[in-house]
Amino acid sequence: MRVLLALVLVLGLTAAAEPKTTLPDVEDEVMCVECRTGLNVSTAPVADQERAFIREKIAQGLTKQQVKDALVEAYGPDVLATPEAKGFDLSAWIIPGALVAAFAAGVALLARRWRRAPAATPAPDAPELDPADARRLDADLAAFDR
Amino acid sequence: MRPRLYWPITFAAAALVALLTYGVASVGPDTSLDEALRDGKRVEAPVKDLPRLGGDGTASLADHKGKVVVLNVWASWCGPCEAEMPLLQRTHERIARKGGMVLGIDAQEPAERGLKFVHEKGITFPNVRDNDRDYIRKFGVSAYPETFLIDRTGKIAALTRGPITQEWLDRELAPLLEEKA
Repeated sequence: MRVLLALVLVLGLTAAAEPKTTLPDVEDEVMCVECRTGLNVSTAPVADQERAFIREKIAQGLTKQQVKDALVEAYGPDVLATPEAKGFDLSAWIIPGALVAAFAAGVALLARRWRRAPAATPAPDAPELDPADARRLDADLAAFDR
Repeated sequence: MRPRLYWPITFAAAALVALLTYGVASVGPDTSLDEALRDGKRVEAPVKDLPRLGGDGTASLADHKGKVVVLNVWASWCGPCEAEMPLLQRTHERIARKGGMVLGIDAQEPAERGLKFVHEKGITFPNVRDNDRDYIRKFGVSAYPETFLIDRTGKIAALTRGPITQEWLDRELAPLLEEKA
């Protein structure tokens, strides 16, 4: 029983000590607020400050979403790499969806048309050979068979 | 192309082009304030309650009506902002008896960083926070530092997009301090 309790305790402590997110995991989803590039590629002083802020929050045991919320609280919504779902930025969310919907509608429309199209008409019969050509063809075929 | 599809596709393409044009045009900073000042016009300064840096409650330009306000936008991670702080502090001390003051706006950083910077630099003028840049966007701020001179009636009389200099203050601020409310 004691061994089991110790095992549970050790496992619990290990889980608690594990960070809930990592710097690279957050870094590629936020921006350097000064240079307007991804934080993971920025070397500006403010980028270093942002990275220190993220490390601090990770050390406090915050999850990725909580770290991002804290970044928005500190640096404003411009710090997020994803566009906001309001104003002009809303179009970044709507247009891809609208394009996919339009494409799907186009495919559905074409599929319906193809289904409705009449069955393929058989190719017209080949013209009859005249007797002289038919004889020559038979002779040639017989020569090949030999 | 079939006539039935021509107009919907043309309309959709035109809408997309219009949206892209609007997007590209709206990305740049608003320069209407610069143009008005160039034409010799003064523009009513936007007013908004912002949280005080290192204090409780909020503050706004409206609290200082009747004073000439040197409104400075800064961030602790901005080198030129740091460089001009001693001049701003000296200016704040010098113009106080003439009914003037400096009001700082700390942008885009955690409050504790801004506060640490203020203490390290020995800044005594009041500061507010605009972390989401909603307020400073109304001034067309696109980089730091930027400074705006607000006259005693609450109108923007001059601006500089970049670090201030003593020459600029002598030229633009001194006459404003002589004006009556």
